[in-house]
Parts: sequence; C-alpha cells; structure tokens
Amino acid sequence: MALVEVRNVSKIYHLGGEEIRALDDVSLDIETGEFLSIIGPSGSGKSTLMHILGCLDSPSRGTIKLDNILIHEAPRTQLARIRNQKIGFVFQFFNLLPKLTVLQNVELPMLYSGIGGRERRERAMAALRQVNLDNRSKHRPLQLSGGQQQRVAIARALVNDPKIIFADEPTGNLDSHTGEAILELFRNLSREGRTIALVTHDPGIAAVTPRRIEIRDGKIATEVDARLAGLDRRAAPALT
Amino acid sequence: MNLLNAISIGFKEIWAHKFRSLLTMLGIILGVSSLVAMSAMVKGMENGMREALIAIGGLEKVRIEEQDIPPGQKHLTDQAVGLTLVDYEALRKGAPLIESVTPEIRLNRVMLSRAGRSFNPWNFIGTTPAALEMNQHVVEHGRMFNDIDLENARSVCVIGTLIRDELFGSPEELGYEYNPVGETINANGQPLRIIGMFQHYESEQERKLRLLERNTPQSQTGPARSRGWGGRRGGSFVFRMKNATIYIPITTMLIKFRAGSTTNSAPENRLSSLYIRIASIDKLEPALQQAKNVLMHTHRGIEDFAFQTQENWAEQITVSIRNARLSGGIIAIISLVVGGIGIMNIMLASITERIREIGIRKAIGASNFNVFVQIIVESVVIALLGGIAGLITSNLLVRLLMIISPTENTPVITPAAMAVAFGFSAMVGVLAGLIPALKAAKLDPIQALRYE
Repeated sequence: MALVEVRNVSKIYHLGGEEIRALDDVSLDIETGEFLSIIGPSGSGKSTLMHILGCLDSPSRGTIKLDNILIHEAPRTQLARIRNQKIGFVFQFFNLLPKLTVLQNVELPMLYSGIGGRERRERAMAALRQVNLDNRSKHRPLQLSGGQQQRVAIARALVNDPKIIFADEPTGNLDSHTGEAILELFRNLSREGRTIALVTHDPGIAAVTPRRIEIRDGKIATEVDARLAGLDRRAAPALT
Repeated sequence: MNLLNAISIGFKEIWAHKFRSLLTMLGIILGVSSLVAMSAMVKGMENGMREALIAIGGLEKVRIEEQDIPPGQKHLTDQAVGLTLVDYEALRKGAPLIESVTPEIRLNRVMLSRAGRSFNPWNFIGTTPAALEMNQHVVEHGRMFNDIDLENARSVCVIGTLIRDELFGSPEELGYEYNPVGETINANGQPLRIIGMFQHYESEQERKLRLLERNTPQSQTGPARSRGWGGRRGGSFVFRMKNATIYIPITTMLIKFRAGSTTNSAPENRLSSLYIRIASIDKLEPALQQAKNVLMHTHRGIEDFAFQTQENWAEQITVSIRNARLSGGIIAIISLVVGGIGIMNIMLASITERIREIGIRKAIGASNFNVFVQIIVESVVIALLGGIAGLITSNLLVRLLMIISPTENTPVITPAAMAVAFGFSAMVGVLAGLIPALKAAKLDPIQALRYE
C-alpha cells in the first residue's frame, strides 16, 4: 500500500463566474522512500497539487489517503496535526522566522507537537547536525547565507521525522552552485530512506530524481519512472 | 504548544518592539493608575468624612432640639415650655436606654478678650461635665469643670486650642506650647478663669503634616508669611470648629450670661439643645421612643421637639462617596477602554505585518487555535504588563496628587482597588485581542505564505 494515494482529485476555483480547473482528475501514488519531482510551468497546477498533498488545501473532488488517513475530508485541526507530524515543507524563500534564532526556528514544529524543552533542543541540534549547521545554532537566519538558510529550513522540515517532505522550488532563490549543494543534500536524505517530493519548473533540477511527474493544465502530462525503465534498481526493489 | 510557550512568545514579541509596546501599554498604564488613584482619593475622602463624624460624637449621639408645634396642637403654643433643664433631669432618670444626657446653652456673638487680643469663638457653650464624653473631648492640661463647679456656678471655663492660639499665641508664633491654665479671660465683660484646655484636634493628615513641619528646620527669616490656602492652623472645618470650643458650667451660663439678656431679670432657662447618647446603635429606635415618651410627659403632650440623628450625615457620606466613586470610575473605565482600543489597533497592525509568519507557523503545524492563543496571549501580556506598570504609576500619581492638592484627606490605596484595576486590565487585554486573534486564526495558510 502506497504512502500517498491520490484518486481522481480535482481542484476548481471560481473566479468571477468563470470556472478554473487548477487540477483536473489527477491520480497518483507515492511509495515510502521515493524521491520524485513534480514539474510543470507556472500556472500548470503543480503548486496546487503540492498544497493539496501537503494538507494546506482541500480538493474540490476526489480522495487522498496519506499514511492511511483520508485527508480530503479531515477537519482543519486534524490537517494541522498531520502537517505537523507527517509532513515537512521546504520553500523557495526559506520562510524562516527572522526574529528567532536558528535553533528556535528548528524547534518550532516541536513546539506545536507539545514536546518538552529538553528533548526539543536535543532533536533540533541533531537535525542541525544533519545539515552541518550545528555551529550556527545561535545565529539569526538573516546572518546566514541563502544556502545556509535553506539548510536550516531543511533541518526544520526533518525535525519531526515526517513521512514525506515537500520542497517547493528549493533552489529557486539560490545560485547554481549552492543550489547544487542543496540538491545533493536532498539526494543524501533520499538515500537515508526519506520520501521527498521536489516541486520545480526546471527540468534540469527534476533530472536528479528517479521519478518525474509532469503537470500541464492541471493534468498529469507525462510520467517518467527510472525504476520502470530499469535504470535504478535500488529504488524499485519490488521490480527486480 | 502549551501556555508557557505562548507567554514566552508573547514576551519576545513585546521585547522585539519595545517602543511600540510601551506606547501601547501607556493607555493601560494611565487607565489603571487613574482607576487606582481615583479610588484612593475617594477612600481618603471617605476616611476623612468618617473621622469627622466620629470627632463630633459618632452615630450614637442624638441631638434633641426645639421644633415648631405640629398644626394640630397650634392652639397650645403658649403652653409649650421648650427644652429646659427639667427635660434633662427627666431623661437622666427616666430613660434607661440612654447612656448619658447633656444640656447645652449656646451663646452666639460672644467676644472673648484678653490683654488686647480678642476672638469670637465658634462654640460658647454652657453645659455639664458629661459633655466631655458626649462630644469626644479630651482634656490635655488642667481639668474639666466638675459637679461642684456646676453647683456653685463658678466662673470657670475649659477652652479649645484655637482659643488659646488666638488669645495667648499659637505654638508656631511663640515657638513653644503655651499652657493657659490659671489665666483669666473676659467673655462679654465677665471674667472666666481657665481651668483646663482640650487637646489639639486634627485629622490624621494634619497631624502628619504638622510633625513633618516640626522636623524640618525653620530657615525662614523676616516676617511670617501666609503659607497660602489660609494657612494650616485650624485645619478642616469639623476640627477647626471643635478647637474653637469653650465650655462653661451651664449654671454659670444661666446666671451670668442669660439673666441680664432680657428685660426680665429671671434667667431665661430654655436650652439651645439637648444631647443624648445611646448605649448602642442597634438600640437606636427603642431608645428614641423612650426619650420621646419621657419628653412628651414633661412637655405635657405638646410635641415641640425633634430628634436629629447623625444617621442623616452618615447617609450623606455614603451617597457622596458613591457619587464620587461612580463618576471617577466611569472616567477611569473610559480611559481603560481607550487603552484597550490602542492595544487592538496595534495588534491588528502587528498581524498584518506578520501575515507571512502566521502562514509559516500554520504550514509547520500550528492549528487555528494555536495562532488564536498566541495573539490573545500577546495582547493579554501587553495589558498585564501595562496593568503592573499602572499599579506602580498609581503610587507615584497619588503622591503627586498629595503634593499639588492640599487636601486634608490622605488618599488611601486599597488592595481591593488594585485587584479590581488589575482585573480590568486583564479583561481589556482579552477583549482587545479577540478580534485580531480571530482574524489571524482565520488566515488561509497558502495566501498567508504568498503574502509579501
């Protein structure tokens, strides 16, 4: 059974009497441990898909199951808890709180899951070690470079040990060199068994992931799966 | 997220915008301090009034005075005897619920004089020795006249300090307390020997001021100057009146001051008033009934007298205190509300500024309730800090008021007033935070994250 099961999901907006189908009958599965990218030009609906998968938004139609929970009909409080416990977000603009220190930023998700101060600190430090920033824990985000800030954001996404991490254009605000380092970090995390979904418009970035789902006009246009092509045997043990 | 975290986030937010938070708090600070200061002043006023009430004899003292005869008995006017010493004796012997009785004959327009100085005393009264207790007088020097003085109608008197000050010189003038016992003064040409002097009556506030002045060295040179506001000597009305009292035996009054006052050489024996003191205030009604029965008998059924209790005054005190409290309270509450609106304004501005932060918090798992609590707590923390600062400020404010307004009523800050003001500030914090917190909680996370 897949970690994420999306079945016939549509998202319809009404703008001045006009019906806009941001997502049109999308179905897909994401398995635990997968490293995939969702690509498409802006306005294609890829962000809408990520928001719905990330429990930030609800679909107009269709069903979604995340880790055996039907999230398309869950109340908002439960969605907040799922976002907190099972999902990690990495954004293009890092989205760290500038007034908090790096450590406090990483601790933030645990604050909302009611974890005690000591454990919070230890786990946040462990997450920072994973991204090699444990020596910057007392700094403010704005004292760090863009790449470092994005690594803090990744540490924050990791800290509650989520089932899946959504990264929305994680390299979009970085120069190509640091962007490369961030992608390498994601690759490493994937090798450790994390489930990661990259959302991007750049096919070059999408190329790092074995599986690529291209969205166009709210529909899945093409899907490339390295496992099915037999290119990556490690990621598809069931097929070998 | 527990409450402690929310509070610490609130504090951080306030600390991050120190100046803005201070300005926001200012409204609450002023509201709380004006509420506390107002209630302190009203309390001081109340204390002053109660002190004065006790100084004139308390609630147990009832005055009996002559009154117009009721219309039904008009034809008996020429038989009405008025209050006389007969009533005094009858009440003393015939009314067990009455603890003591004192008759008073009061003479107006008396000129006291001695060695070129003269003074018109407030109360020139002929009475019995029991008046000492009745009117809460304390003799400091010498003695009160006794029954023998009374029996022999001796020309003696007991005076208040103000009379001493006017005829012999005040301690401020002389630099020491002059004891006039043994001296003789003239009252309307009649010599009276001073055999006693009462203590100096003053309110708590006056006493403190006087002690303070005594302790500060006199640096003033040249002629004495008025200290403004008519000087402090004498003090508030009730105490001034009490200090300007002179008592003589009622018999002396009848013989020396009443006999020659009319063409008839027989002394005019009507009393100005008769005071009775009842044992306890709960027996007021039966005691008055008893007194009435006795007096109806001595007056042969003609009701030409009336009872004046201090209850009216006590009631007036209650009413005026309530009015002062109400008007002051309304003003203070309005300023608290204005402070609350200030908080709401700032919180609304602050969440607009932090829409993105709220989006981030929601994305990483804050529920609507978490966000709501965070904003409410921030608002309450501002209000409570303002409340605490207001309580401190109110102390200074009260001190300032004491300096700039020479009131004889010391403002008293009561713990109850402080608790009420603090409670109000907390309530204002919650109410002011409500709308901003609801607004923040309802933000859509996606739109909040996109907000620039």
